[in-house]
Amino acid sequence: MLDFLSRPWPWYVAGPIIGLFVPVLLLIGNRLFGVSSNLRHACAAIYPRDVAFFRYDWKAAGLWNLVFALGIVVGGFVGGVLLANPEPVAIAAETRAELAALGISDFTGLVPRELFGWSALLTPQGLVSILVGGFLVGFGTAYAGGCTSGHAVSGLANLELPSLLAVIGFFVGGLLATFVVLPLILGG
Amino acid sequence: MAANLETTAAATAGAVGGKGAQPVAAPGGVRRARGRELLVYFALGVLFGFVLVKGELVSWFRIQEMFRLQSFHMFGVLMSAVLVAGVSVALIKRFGVKTLDGEPVVIPSKVLGKGVRYVVGGVIFGLGWALTGACPGALFALVGSGVAGMLLAVVGALAGTWLYGYLRPRLPH
Repeated sequence: MLDFLSRPWPWYVAGPIIGLFVPVLLLIGNRLFGVSSNLRHACAAIYPRDVAFFRYDWKAAGLWNLVFALGIVVGGFVGGVLLANPEPVAIAAETRAELAALGISDFTGLVPRELFGWSALLTPQGLVSILVGGFLVGFGTAYAGGCTSGHAVSGLANLELPSLLAVIGFFVGGLLATFVVLPLILGG
Repeated sequence: MAANLETTAAATAGAVGGKGAQPVAAPGGVRRARGRELLVYFALGVLFGFVLVKGELVSWFRIQEMFRLQSFHMFGVLMSAVLVAGVSVALIKRFGVKTLDGEPVVIPSKVLGKGVRYVVGGVIFGLGWALTGACPGALFALVGSGVAGMLLAVVGALAGTWLYGYLRPRLPH
């Protein structure tokens, strides 16, 4: 059991469990599965100023979700620290070769230390990937009104055309970043 | 003034749906979650964060592998998640399944409008997703996993969300 909990899970285990969050949250209390709303709730709670987008009852709309997000942090600790997979992420050999050509050499963790470790924060590459990347995640999900959970899972499950547009957008943006922006940043 | 009231109402309605800025029908669960209910959401969050890590959906390497179309893993996760969620939602609708409190399940539909927000916002998020290797759920899970830089990414994400809220009246939707 402990072995199963520390090993990475195949897609056919992780995917269906994630899908179940949609009906479970709906049936528990009519809540819509979607994580990026928490960024908005946090802004509404911390610094709404006179911005209409943040002037609403965030406790009624989002307290449940903020607590859910806090749970995600703890779940990340349990899965990524307490029951961490000791092996490197088993990515395809081609991916590994292409990333190595871009200058990534440390494949041991969940994420490359060159880009996301403490020392990376002092390099321009690290700063762009982390701070600018994070900024784009926040701006883009707020603009699109959802992220991978809200649009790609909840929205597509409900056969929403807006969510399909958003998901297509996710992949267009991701391809652009992968094949145009990253090579520029990493100078590979 | 009228316009201002309208955007405030729209923002509130959007928040209720937990999704966008445009007005959507309010679901039944508008009330604030309290006490034991919050514990359940916390526990579900822990499970979700755990699955995100175990499925390696939080891994920058996996995201790169996905965008380079070099493995089925991420696509398999996404497709099986949508399939399970979609069948569940269809069954809930077909049989009029109620919530635990006996309320009808309400899923507000998203407003298409001109569709600009979904495409442009989607592309912007996609850029950030590939750069950080993290969607919002993964950002939180990675903070818990002790990836130091991700705290800064969360700060960036909050700044991005705030700036969107500020610019919202001037952006095409």
